[in-house]
Amino acid sequence: MIEAQGLTKHFGDFHAVEDVSLNVERGMVLALLGPNGAGKTTTVRMMTSILKPTAGWARIAGYDVTTQAVQVRAHVGVLTEQHGLYERMHPLEYLDFFGRLYHLDAATRRSRALQLMERFGLGDALSKRLGEFSKGMKQKLALVRAMLHDPSVLLLDEPTSAMDPQSAKLVRDAILELRRSARTFIVTTHNLSEAQILADRIAIIRRGRIIAEGTVEELSRRFVGEPLMELRVRFPLNGLTQQLGDMVDVVEQGDRWLRYRTADPVAVNPQVLRRLTGLGIDVVTLSPVQQTMEAIYLRIVEEDERAQNGSNNVH
Amino acid sequence: MSNALVVTRREVLDSFRDWRIIVPILILTLGFPALSQFGAQLMLNFVTQYGAELIGERTIPFLLMIVGFFPISLSLVIALETFVGEKERLSLEPLLSTPLTNLELYIGKTLAAMIPPLLSSYVGMGVYLSGLLFGELAWRPQPMLIVQIVLLTTAQALLMVTGAVVVSSQTTSTRAANLLASFIVVPMSLLIILESIVMFGAPDAESPNGIFSLWVILVGLLIGTVLFMRVGTRIFNREELLGRSLDMLNLRWAWGVLWRQFGVRLLSGDIRRWYREAVFPVLGELRRPVVVVMICMVAAFVGGWVIGQMPDWRLPAASAQDEVGLANNFREWFEMGSRPATVLLAVWQNGRVLLAATILAAISFGVMAVVLAILPFGILGWLFAQFTVLNLSPGLFLAAVVPHSLIEVPAILLATAAAVRLGAIITRAHENTTVGEVWLRALADTFKVGLGVVLPLLILAALIEVFITPLVVRIALGG
Repeated sequence: MIEAQGLTKHFGDFHAVEDVSLNVERGMVLALLGPNGAGKTTTVRMMTSILKPTAGWARIAGYDVTTQAVQVRAHVGVLTEQHGLYERMHPLEYLDFFGRLYHLDAATRRSRALQLMERFGLGDALSKRLGEFSKGMKQKLALVRAMLHDPSVLLLDEPTSAMDPQSAKLVRDAILELRRSARTFIVTTHNLSEAQILADRIAIIRRGRIIAEGTVEELSRRFVGEPLMELRVRFPLNGLTQQLGDMVDVVEQGDRWLRYRTADPVAVNPQVLRRLTGLGIDVVTLSPVQQTMEAIYLRIVEEDERAQNGSNNVH
Repeated sequence: MSNALVVTRREVLDSFRDWRIIVPILILTLGFPALSQFGAQLMLNFVTQYGAELIGERTIPFLLMIVGFFPISLSLVIALETFVGEKERLSLEPLLSTPLTNLELYIGKTLAAMIPPLLSSYVGMGVYLSGLLFGELAWRPQPMLIVQIVLLTTAQALLMVTGAVVVSSQTTSTRAANLLASFIVVPMSLLIILESIVMFGAPDAESPNGIFSLWVILVGLLIGTVLFMRVGTRIFNREELLGRSLDMLNLRWAWGVLWRQFGVRLLSGDIRRWYREAVFPVLGELRRPVVVVMICMVAAFVGGWVIGQMPDWRLPAASAQDEVGLANNFREWFEMGSRPATVLLAVWQNGRVLLAATILAAISFGVMAVVLAILPFGILGWLFAQFTVLNLSPGLFLAAVVPHSLIEVPAILLATAAAVRLGAIITRAHENTTVGEVWLRALADTFKVGLGVVLPLLILAALIEVFITPLVVRIALGG
């Protein structure tokens, strides 16, 4: 649904995006994660045919972003980083304007607008002018605008950045629901937990380059290490670590708990439990330690920084 | 086009919701025409007391033009705000993300900037005219004059809006756009003064075909509009609209672009290499403007020759056949002497005209360079016609013109072509570079052609004109 190969954008001497390749299948959510100025918005702008790539290509919903710009924009819903609305307009009037640009008939424009506004909790704001909307309401209306023509691909730039937790959840739920109806998403964010909740895959972009891409588990395994398990027992460990040393790599321990890493928890954990039971040790819990996206992200950035410094030193 | 009209509709409705636009429009539509009508009546009564009815009669259509012009000056404000205002309010990107094409967006915005002020202008003129036609004054003008004023008002609005849209799409803030608007306001003010002079002083003011000079101005306005539209549609692109973030004048960067494009390094190393790698490739790029300028020169010569055949435009036979006087004129010319100072004078004369043509070209899309360059050819054509009409020997004309022209005409041709390219280059679309950079490169190319080719040719032509042409004329005169 979304394919990009070697996508590059230079503004004079400044390399905003460098050799970005992405592939997002139908019905998937890709989170483009990165700090401010990493190249997320430029990438989205190239994918909506607003900016022409300096090199590389991208196809969105089957259309080439360079040669079929109008078709790309007709099939994509975009939530721009700055959602600037026409403040003297009423919400339905505003949505009607955009609906006309997408060639929706009058009945569809109205019914879609009302339905989406209701869904995002804006049903009570129909009579207000957009200038009277709060920041979060404006962002929700911008999201409604992006979804108005029922696009198959949605590119959302920081979709919940200005929202309170309740509204943010509303938006996340909407994204997850749309994903179930085979919509494809690229969501740019620097909200790590949001990326973890929403995304099937995460691409981390830094200084215009994708420095890592995969599922949360893949990224965790690759950058933080093998899955980490935590074992809690009823009584003090008393040399238990040595008893398990041939099976697992114990990385941390306390009085009545220990953590170990294993490449294959499905095979190893039952063996560990069998041995502990054989030794007469009462196991309270054995559970995986969830690696937070933050830990993964920071490790990836750290490694990239090191690689960058190494490459600078070589030069 | 339907998408363009959707944009227009939204913007027009938005304009009508803004009291800062509505209030002046109402005043200029209803209050100002009534005031002008009253003023016209007073003026007419006053000048009639002193037997100067003509002034009063000419004031009435002049005020009609002013009544029409004031509201359309608002279109400039709306148009200046059209892109840059959206950019400042951050509402441009959502619009750019829709399936609107660049042309649809351009047309939609341009129409939106024109419609409210033009409507206001037409209504204002209607109010003013109805008072004059059906009121106490019972003014009965030539209908064509009214048509001319309405057309001029529309063309002025078109020119201002298309120019302002170009400015608006190339700036990053409303402040910068307003500052740059002086490039539109000043010429328009001069034009209004010119139109006023024409309306007061035209000998054909009562002609049923309208005032000829106003038709000429109308054509000029339409040409300007077409050029601005071409610039607008060519340089307008989403990337430029969104990509710019600063309006700072970066002199260092500009100097760097000029320096590199001029090939200063090549010039300081090996002049032959500079010609080979920096100058001759530019001459290749001048092929099309050279052809255009050449056609215009030939047309001007032929036009001058045709006009010179017309009885009204011929030299009085007596003065032309005064061979003694003619010989004296030539003698004076020869007596200027074949001195180096005369060579410098000839170079300076041609050089400053070409320099002026280049400067004017830069602010007129190249048009003024062509106008300045072809004028002497029109005069030459006219002069040649006098020789043939009065049965003078064309050989004398050729002797006085051809020797140095063999060098001078190619020099003028190249300089004019480079100036045309400099002025017209912004009307073309350019991939992966800004309009400013393209223009600076063209400027450096113009300098290269000027210094590397045109100046040496002008010096050579001046040498021939001072030292050889007089000898050839002497021979033609029979020694």
